[in-house]
Amino acid sequence: MKIAKYACGSTDHIVNRRRFLSGVAGSVATTGAVVGGLGTLTQGIAAAEIQRRDMRVVVFNMHGGLSQLESWDPKPLTRTGGPFRAIPTSVPGIHVSELLPMTAKQMHHLCLLRGVNTSEDDHGKGAYMMLTGRRQTPSAEFPQIGSVAAKMLHDDQTGLPGHIVVTPGGGGGRGNEAAYLGPKFSSIQLGGDKPPQNSNKPDAVSDEAEKRRHEIRRKINEQFLNQRRSAITDAYTHSYEQALRLMERREVFDVSKEPDSAKQRYGSSDLGRQCLMARRLLENGVSFVQVTHSNYDTHNDNFNFHIEQVGEFDQAFATFIDDLAQRGMLEKTLVVVLSEFGRTPNINLYYGRDHWSKAWSIAMAGAGVQHGVAFGKTNDEGTEVIDGQCDHGDIFHTILRAVGVDSSQSLIVDGREVPIADPAAEPIWKVLA
Amino acid sequence: MIDLDIQKSHVIHQWKADSPLIACRISPRGDQCVSAAQDSTLQRWNIPGGEKVVLKGHESWAHALTYNTTGDLLISGGCEGRLIWWSIADVEPKAIRTIDAHQGWIRGVERSPDGQTLVSVGNDRTIRLWKTDSGEKLAEWSAHDRHIYSAAFHPDGVHLLTGDLMGKIHVWKLADRTLVRTLDGSTLYGPNPGQAAEFGGVRSLAISPNGTEVFAAGTHKGSNPFGAVHEPLLLRFQWTDGALTKSHVCDGIPGGLLFRACSLNDATVVSVSGGSTGGILLFFNATQEKEVHRAMLPNIARDMDLHAATGLVASAHHDSHLRISGLFA
Repeated sequence: MKIAKYACGSTDHIVNRRRFLSGVAGSVATTGAVVGGLGTLTQGIAAAEIQRRDMRVVVFNMHGGLSQLESWDPKPLTRTGGPFRAIPTSVPGIHVSELLPMTAKQMHHLCLLRGVNTSEDDHGKGAYMMLTGRRQTPSAEFPQIGSVAAKMLHDDQTGLPGHIVVTPGGGGGRGNEAAYLGPKFSSIQLGGDKPPQNSNKPDAVSDEAEKRRHEIRRKINEQFLNQRRSAITDAYTHSYEQALRLMERREVFDVSKEPDSAKQRYGSSDLGRQCLMARRLLENGVSFVQVTHSNYDTHNDNFNFHIEQVGEFDQAFATFIDDLAQRGMLEKTLVVVLSEFGRTPNINLYYGRDHWSKAWSIAMAGAGVQHGVAFGKTNDEGTEVIDGQCDHGDIFHTILRAVGVDSSQSLIVDGREVPIADPAAEPIWKVLA
Repeated sequence: MIDLDIQKSHVIHQWKADSPLIACRISPRGDQCVSAAQDSTLQRWNIPGGEKVVLKGHESWAHALTYNTTGDLLISGGCEGRLIWWSIADVEPKAIRTIDAHQGWIRGVERSPDGQTLVSVGNDRTIRLWKTDSGEKLAEWSAHDRHIYSAAFHPDGVHLLTGDLMGKIHVWKLADRTLVRTLDGSTLYGPNPGQAAEFGGVRSLAISPNGTEVFAAGTHKGSNPFGAVHEPLLLRFQWTDGALTKSHVCDGIPGGLLFRACSLNDATVVSVSGGSTGGILLFFNATQEKEVHRAMLPNIARDMDLHAATGLVASAHHDSHLRISGLFA
């Protein structure tokens, strides 16, 4: 992991030359001319900053590899189509699998990308690519989208972490997804719909005692940091302060506070509760939430498994989208449904589908992406992309652009520029609103 | 009647369709067999000639097939929820009745012992009874908490059995549709909790011709269901009280699942295992836990049917072949 050397020198504070110039360009574009000197320029950047900080990202990670044929790109009555039919959606001309009846009614909010080709059929590598926008190499480690979103979008004043990963079970502790951004931007991991582990103050510790303990800790830290400050020590201090604020806002994680009607609409599944949790977190200022739905690695009995899994997803996801739209949150929240890859058009001997990255689909909704569209196309049997091909790098750029982040900018790490997204890729401009 | 010898079972015919096969049934007279394929068509095959006629009508796969008693009608149930009656004995069989019968997959269609009634079950967790000749719906009731995978009429004509994903086997009194008892087939529900997905189910139900034993087929030991690592399992129950009398297991079939089981007159069960270990005919009787005989088939099997009077077993295969085996020398 690369450690930023503060000069002030935190990467938090560094905006590189390209980003600065892009800010200037943005200001020029807004005002039509450079007038009013640096003060006006600063105001322009600040306004954009404020707007950007309102944006949120939610990723549904369909762990194991969701079948595009049983979800976003059905091919009924073909050799590869399987037993499920396609159903119409709220957008004329766009059909999805019959396993998504509720989601079909939300299609006017969605943007399907049906031309994804990532050419990587390994679970770990595929997941890395989709979450970092880059291929994995031994020479460099890149932050995941959650860490980047937390860095670029999050307002620490919320008292909540900027990057939360909700896992199906277990959980607790912190992730390790931030790479050169530093551990401060790694995730807090929640196990299901439960608050972070150990976020309750023990009853035996009085408020006064708790206060004194932290005063002592801060004093000692201060002495140490005066001489040996680093990204690690900052992350350590930040974690403590974040934990304290998080304890004060513990009720945000309490899904039981939701009315029964909401719980019913989201469904009784783990995913339903996680979606409800995600909505609460977003409402309260968390910039990035990743929800994991497991598992889709269906080499065997693909169709029975997808009935169960996609059925569960459909209710929770459709309700989530509808809920965000009803609350006016969708305009500022980008929702992305992705996997590490799709599944083979070919149906194997055990009614299974294997790993397939040459032609698959993801779905997006909200923020700055178009809605009610399907971009990209596969051939009749879904074996190859014939229009609108994109890959993990393009998708990563698009996610950032959709929430107002200039994905062409770089950060300064150890004195060198590191582009936040792969410079060899670019946003899928056609899907951006 | 032919002298059956399961030890001598061997493939005597194989005929190829245009798409991988998923289901098959032999006609009551044993003179034809119908298969269903992944291209949503059905095929009628003459036995022994193998002449093929393709039937088109379903908009999805048809896992559920049954003939009427005389063999004039075939009733097929598709994953689109549709029941189709076919004039199957005609030179050019036609769909003579189509009913949107279920929401979602139909997984089982069976005829009653007197042939007058059909039962259909599926993913909408509902049991529906139909008049075989007219297609009139006689009854329907919600019956299970999860998808219903299989059904079978008891030879007494009074009871119906249905089995679901979780391994619950309900015994119903047909006259008033009351639940008489539930047999515990929960060992057939075998997901790996780490994979966080449902798996297993009562894939097939069969009853001995004298009505004294009930058989439930499927899989267990699902250490990695996503990777097709699970073993075949056949449960044998006593009809009178529903007690489990034997769990039939097999050695050396780490990737097996029993898609269907049928009973011979002596309550020897013929079943077919598909899955990553291959296609295998397995024979079980009451004397031992393990199978009494196994016969490898040339390819993964997905379904089978038994015509006891002629000793013929049909099997539907992934390599698009319908195979007819003989249980005789």
